Amino acid sequence: MCLAIPALVVQRFERDDALIDLGGVRKRVSLALVPDAAEGDYVIVHAGYAISKLEPEEAAKTLALFAAIDEAPA
Amino acid sequence: MKYVDEFRDGELARVLAGRLARAVEPGRRYNFMEFCGGHTHAISRYGVTDLLPKSVNMVHGPGCPVCVLPIGRIDNAIALALERGVTLCTYADTMRVPASGRTSLLKAKAAGADVRMVYSAADALRIARENPAQEVVFLAIGFETTTPPTAIVILEAERQGLENFFVFCNHVLTPAAISNILESPQVRDIGTVPLDGFVGPAHVSCVIGSAPYEYFAEEYAKPVVIAGFEPLDVMQAVLMLVRQVNEGRHEVENEFSRAVTRDGNARAKALVAEVFELRRSFEWRGLGEVPYSALRIKSRYGRFDAERRYDIVYRSVADNKACECGAILRGAKTPKDCKLFGTVCTPENPIGSCMVSSEGACAAWYSYGRFRDEEAAA
Repeated sequence: MCLAIPALVVQRFERDDALIDLGGVRKRVSLALVPDAAEGDYVIVHAGYAISKLEPEEAAKTLALFAAIDEAPA
Repeated sequence: MKYVDEFRDGELARVLAGRLARAVEPGRRYNFMEFCGGHTHAISRYGVTDLLPKSVNMVHGPGCPVCVLPIGRIDNAIALALERGVTLCTYADTMRVPASGRTSLLKAKAAGADVRMVYSAADALRIARENPAQEVVFLAIGFETTTPPTAIVILEAERQGLENFFVFCNHVLTPAAISNILESPQVRDIGTVPLDGFVGPAHVSCVIGSAPYEYFAEEYAKPVVIAGFEPLDVMQAVLMLVRQVNEGRHEVENEFSRAVTRDGNARAKALVAEVFELRRSFEWRGLGEVPYSALRIKSRYGRFDAERRYDIVYRSVADNKACECGAILRGAKTPKDCKLFGTVCTPENPIGSCMVSSEGACAAWYSYGRFRDEEAAA
C-alpha cells in the first residue's frame, strides 16, 4: 500500500484532478493534497492521491552524496 | 524512470557498500529497525542485506498497515457485508487478510457479499454517489499516508449531501507504534530486541514531516534517519545511522529530503485534524492495545461514521496459535522462527497477516527467497 513510485504530472484538470504518467502507465489521480504541483512536476502518489512533490535540487544533492569520492583513509 | 533508476544503480550500491564496510567499528554490533514495510520490501527485493556489513542487523518493524489490523476489525467488516447487506469497499491488500473461522473478505465476496476492491477512497465515494439506494461503507485502513484521502472523501460526502456513505475508520499512527516498541520490555529491560536506531518512514514522513521523530531521538537517545524506499536510500540511511552510533549522536536526519520536510504536508495535516480525533486506545496485531495510537471520526462528522451507524462492537480475537506474526511485528522474531512460514503459510494461502501484504516481513522474505540465503549461509 505504501509502495508508490514517483509519477510525472502530465496534465491538470478542474477540481485538483490530474493525469499522471508512471513509467508509461497513465492514470487519473487527485492533487488535492499538493495543490501547487504543476504540469512537469514529479509527485509521490498514494492510493489515488499525490501526497508530496519531489524537489529536483534535493534529489540531486542526495545523488551527489552517493557518488562523492571517498576521502583517503587516514 | 526518473527518481527511480538512479536510486537503484548497482555501481553506486557497491560504492556505498564499501563506504559502509569502512564505517563500521570492529567488534561493534549495529541493530537498526526499519519501521516501514516499504523498507522491509526494498531490503528483501534488492538484496540490501547482502551488501551490508555482517555486523549490521536489520530488524523488521510493524509498519505494514494490513499486518497490524487485528482480526476482530476484519470480522466487523465481514459482518457489515454479510449481515447488514452493505456494499463494502476496501483496498486490495485487505481482501485476503485471514479473519475468524477461516474467513476473509474475499471469501465473504465469494459467498455473495457485495465487497469491492477500490484503488482510492474517491472510488468508494463514487460508488456511493452512483448507487443512492445502497448503503456503502469504506473500510479505511492505513497509516498517515492514507488518512488524508479518507478525510477528503468524508468532507466531500458532506458537501455533496450523500446519506448512504459511511467510513469504518481504522487509521493508525506511526509515532505511537514507535513509542510502544521503545517502551516494550523486550527493548527496554530484557534487551532481547537490541535497537540502536531507526530507519524512519518515507511516505508517512511526507505527510507528518520529520519533526515528530525528534522526541524519540531525544527521549530514548536513538538516532532516526528518514529514508526513501529505493535500495540506495536504505543503504545511505544505514550509513548515516552507523556514523551517528559511532559518534554517540542521536539526532533526526533526513535522507529523503527530496520529498520530506521538517513540517510535512500542512494541507494534509489540517484536513486530518478537521475530521479525526485520537482514540484513547486501539488494538494492533502484534502490539496489543496501544494508547492514543489510532484515529476516529469526530462527532461533527458522526453521520458518516460506520461505527455509529451500525453500532459496531469490537471483540478482540486471538491469532492462530502457531502464527508468529505478533512477535515478528514487534521485531522479536524473524519469519524463519515461525513453523508455519513457507510450509502451510505462503502468499497463496496466508495464515497470518505478515504473509498477506507485499510489505509484510513474511511475504517479502518468501517472495524474494531471502530465507534460502540464510539457510545457505548457515
